[in-house]
Amino acid sequence: MSRPPASSLFNRMHAHPLFLAHSRKAVISVPFVWLLIFMLLPFFIILKISFAQMGIASFLPLSQFKEGILTLNLDLTHYQFIVQDQLYFRTYLNSLWCAALTTFWCLFIGYPFAYFMARAKATLQPALLMLVMLPFWTSYLLRVYAWKGLLMNGGLLARVLIYTHLDWILLKLRLIVEPGMFMNTQFALLIGMVYTYLPFMILPLYATLSKMDLRLLEAAADLGATPWVGFWKITVPLSKAGIIAGSMLVFIPCIGEYVIPELLGGPQSLMIGRVLWDEFFSNNDWPMASSVAVVVILLILLPLAIFNKYQAEASEVRR
Amino acid sequence: MTPVPSTNDTAFVQIRDLVKDFGAGSLAVNNVSLDIAQGEIFALLGPSGCGKTTLLRMVAGFETPTKGKILLDGVELDGLPPYLRPINMMFQSYALFPHLTVWDNVAFGLRREGMPHEPMAERVEQMLKLVQLQRYGRRKPHQLSGGQQQRVALARSLAKRPKLMLLDEPLAALDKKLREETQIELANIIRKVGVTCVMVTHDQEEAMTMANRLAVMSEGNILQVGTPTEVYETPATRFVADFIGNVNLMDGTVVVDERDFVEIDCGFCRHRVGHGITGTLGMPVTVALRPEKIHLVREQPAGQFNQVRGTVHDRAYFGSFTLYVLELPGGKRLKVSEANNERNRTDAPAEGQGAWATWPDTAQVVLTT
Repeated sequence: MSRPPASSLFNRMHAHPLFLAHSRKAVISVPFVWLLIFMLLPFFIILKISFAQMGIASFLPLSQFKEGILTLNLDLTHYQFIVQDQLYFRTYLNSLWCAALTTFWCLFIGYPFAYFMARAKATLQPALLMLVMLPFWTSYLLRVYAWKGLLMNGGLLARVLIYTHLDWILLKLRLIVEPGMFMNTQFALLIGMVYTYLPFMILPLYATLSKMDLRLLEAAADLGATPWVGFWKITVPLSKAGIIAGSMLVFIPCIGEYVIPELLGGPQSLMIGRVLWDEFFSNNDWPMASSVAVVVILLILLPLAIFNKYQAEASEVRR
Repeated sequence: MTPVPSTNDTAFVQIRDLVKDFGAGSLAVNNVSLDIAQGEIFALLGPSGCGKTTLLRMVAGFETPTKGKILLDGVELDGLPPYLRPINMMFQSYALFPHLTVWDNVAFGLRREGMPHEPMAERVEQMLKLVQLQRYGRRKPHQLSGGQQQRVALARSLAKRPKLMLLDEPLAALDKKLREETQIELANIIRKVGVTCVMVTHDQEEAMTMANRLAVMSEGNILQVGTPTEVYETPATRFVADFIGNVNLMDGTVVVDERDFVEIDCGFCRHRVGHGITGTLGMPVTVALRPEKIHLVREQPAGQFNQVRGTVHDRAYFGSFTLYVLELPGGKRLKVSEANNERNRTDAPAEGQGAWATWPDTAQVVLTT
């Protein structure tokens, strides 16, 4: 038996038992290494800094080994400070509340949008999908800036709102502080956030809704469900995965959002992203800033863990 | 035999002059009238695209008829949405709600009626017992086999005690062996409950084993309505004869027309049919002859009618019977099926051998359309 002469180095490498045994692992490990270097490692650095004491120009070492005694110097004052200081607590709460409100409005606007998109004529759907994605072609910073132009005094939307007296309703809802002034308010912040994150809600919702078996709705109607009942009992439960995915995609980045509150939000909408910026770059208090960041990450991890658990269950069901 | 049946004003289900036009050039359902008696299992049989499903969907309320009306128990259904009709449907591939348990699937319709919990639970348990799935109530549909899913679908559509149940290809999603078992079981459950039933199928065997009566449809028209025996033994048209079962169709002309018999010349053989027909001398007709009504013999039979000599072109063994394809002198082919009621029969003609095909004068059906 003779080997074919054309067996190049490449072919021989592939045939090598060591390669065959490890090639799968090698491929899978690439994203893990990526996450390790760019996610886990920085996180541990942040974690370390958050426990560090500030020296004159640099951090004091966390551990000391002197004369056979290991001393750990974990400075917990920053965490203590976060718990004790009302400002941080209120900022976290405000961030969560803003993210929750944004998620709610995105769902409220995005669900009907995705629903009618998924039920539109098949020939029309790619065009509608294109319209949803079109804003991504412009930088998000520019689009948020554009809202400034719409909402400032004499801006187009501002004039429309004043003309239709909707500003009084916004005032009643405490979304703005005085009639006719929209910039730097909770209202402007919400508009900017909902506008920016709406596509992230629509796309996963559209994906689940367009996959739905419409005969299930016929079956529901056949069994006595009006279209309205059929929607709530069949369509909504079956799009749960899309609702959760969309909500997570909106909620999580909203918590840490910095640009939109900075450009559109008012003084009362203090969000965690802004506090982080201030701590890092204005106060230069890196241990404090790191502690704030660690708490934010933990806050985000919690909903993410719930989401993952649900996803695992859902894929279990599908199998 | 009349292709359009006479209508009866007291029938349980009355379909009158029903037309459905999807605007595709031809009518999906073309002026169909049907009567279905209470407690009957009625099958709509036809090839795909013949309009049978459209007809069923109009009864269920998922399609609006272009013309005509449907009456159920004397009440006109026109304009009623599906959720207000006392009709339940068992969908093709079942359409069970994947996010609900078997129990909740069956209870879905009862909950929509606003039935209190106690009687509802009782009814659901009763239904699950009927289809022998009492122990599966907590499962989700995807955790069941195809046959079990089919039974859940049946329980769900029976739970509301519908006046009329519709079955859309009820067994199409099952494999052959299970389908044969389920046909009888399904028909038994339906008869036990006593619900009137309209089923749609393209499988003639399914229609014949389950239904009391069936209608053969083609291109939006009903070609024949009758019991399975009537439709099989006395098909009204060439299409029906050809669609239901296996058949040999032979074109010929009437050469002798007496009161008790007719003789038809088909060129390669001369038929003597032992019953009179409504026709005239010299009229072109088609003789339909089922393969199982023909016998193969080695020697030339006595007489001069109802026999033809040919060579065995092909032979297919099916276990309970053997199908022979006999090549006739003019190049025509004749299908003959012989029951294998003897083991290791040695005198059966082999491929390439000559044989005589013969049949009694009651075997043929003479078709004029």
